[in-house]
Amino acid sequence: MRVTLSVNGKPATIDVEPRRTLADALREDLGLTGTHLGCEHGVCGACTVMLDGLPVRACLVLAVQAEGASLLTVEGLAGEDGALHPLQQSFTEHHALQCGFCTPGMLISALDLLNRIPNPTRAEIRSEMSGNICRCTGYNSITDAILAAARSLTQKD
Amino acid sequence: MKPAPFDYVVAASPREAVQYLADVEDASAKIIAGGQSLMPLLALRLARPSLLVDINRIPGLETIERISETTIRIGTLVRHRMLCAQTNSPLLHEAARWIGHSAIRTRGTIGGSLAHADPAAELPIVAVATGMVIEVMGPSTQRTVDAQDFFIGTLENSLADDEMIVSVISPLPERWGFAEYTRRHGDFGLVTVAAAEVQGEVKIAVGGVGSKPVRMLESEGLVNDSVTLSGQLIDQAARAAAASVEPNGDFHGSARYRIGLVEELVRRSLRQLGSGQADSEVDWS
Ligand SMILES: Cc1cc2nc3c(=O)[nH]c(=O)nc-3n(C[C@H](O)[C@H](O)[C@H](O)COP(=O)(O)OP(=O)(O)OC[C@H]3O[C@@H](n4cnc5c(N)ncnc54)[C@H](O)[C@@H]3O)c2cc1C
Ligand code: FES
Ligand code: FES
Repeated sequence: MRVTLSVNGKPATIDVEPRRTLADALREDLGLTGTHLGCEHGVCGACTVMLDGLPVRACLVLAVQAEGASLLTVEGLAGEDGALHPLQQSFTEHHALQCGFCTPGMLISALDLLNRIPNPTRAEIRSEMSGNICRCTGYNSITDAILAAARSLTQKD
Repeated sequence: MKPAPFDYVVAASPREAVQYLADVEDASAKIIAGGQSLMPLLALRLARPSLLVDINRIPGLETIERISETTIRIGTLVRHRMLCAQTNSPLLHEAARWIGHSAIRTRGTIGGSLAHADPAAELPIVAVATGMVIEVMGPSTQRTVDAQDFFIGTLENSLADDEMIVSVISPLPERWGFAEYTRRHGDFGLVTVAAAEVQGEVKIAVGGVGSKPVRMLESEGLVNDSVTLSGQLIDQAARAAAASVEPNGDFHGSARYRIGLVEELVRRSLRQLGSGQADSEVDWS
């Protein structure tokens, strides 16, 4: 089936089987391998992307369901000039990644968190990020990174 | 894993959706709503439907409508996120906050949660405690089912293969309490309790202790027979609830542990029902 959608501001058309997940369509059909797949059934959060401005698990959406949708993946976070998004910058500064496998999903979930709660407490970050699993870093540095990004983002406005 | 192959259609109306279901001979068509329970089943190949009927583009099913002073109608496609955002029903707001994570609440729907009939899920428990009425459509039928009769067992509801939920009528309780215990924020509750007073009658439903939400009839009787909700009466009702359940133990918690949780969470939900205030939330930091 043909699906027309927009990914990181650019129009895209793909031709997929109905069973193709949005995550696989991004990776295999559009070559955007920044979206990672851990569990493929909704529990690890690695595949989290924004669909029409709201976070979704890309492994729990069919590509054919994204007809007409507007997506933001980790590849779309940095600016046109390649400047890192404040969250990405903060993740590197606070050692919030080791292998980086969970990081794309962490960043998109963190973006959603800051959209809803611009000035979160540590406790809020811990509970809001509980749907994203990291197997190496430990969650303290990830929490530090999100707190620092929240500060820099709210100071800017 | 990846799902096995299936055909896919987008329904334009409830009637068209149920006709698609009816037209598939071996009853192996499935509705997909939020996909937050069905997609994992497809990925694990625990479900292998031949046809998926997507209801997400049917207009008019994503609204909450006030139908009287004391009732609202909730379209089947109303997302958990929207239940968190609405203010008509504080109980539904509170319960929906406990469902999974933000990305799950973006897509998951009330109709999907009820149809999926997970015995630990929040919305079925609230449905039973408040006495929701589920509005169901088939190819040539339309009927309503009381929440109490809707749930048959684990992941089992009383819909025919060619029926779908269109909406639910949700009474707004005068007083309510909600208490849940999870090991990690966003997990399914080990035990979840909803208590709701609708038209002067209190119902208490508990999840995580059987194959569907279980009513605490003896505790309800104690509360409903008494004029005031004293601390002593609440303790008595909580103990009666604990004595009435026979949960299975698993690696998340033993049977005794769950019984202990039932007592404490029934106590908390009744205290909240009586005072309008929840016991202070756990600090996760
Ligand atoms: C990581 C994770 C954590 C979760 N945590 C929780 C939690 O803590 N608590 C909780 O309650 N849930 C939880 N869920 C499940 C979530 O709430 C689902 O949204 C819900 O169970 C199903 O709703 P859905 O709209 O996604 O349904 P779908 O997955 O689309 O469908 C589920 C079932 O219902 C049927 N169905 C859907 N709509 C209708 C309809 N209108 N008429 C008839 N049948 C229909 C489908 O055919 C299917 O069999 C979690 C899910 C994930 C992936
Ligand atoms: S790959 Fe989608 S949640 Fe794990
Ligand atoms: S950095 Fe390796 S899984 Fe998170």
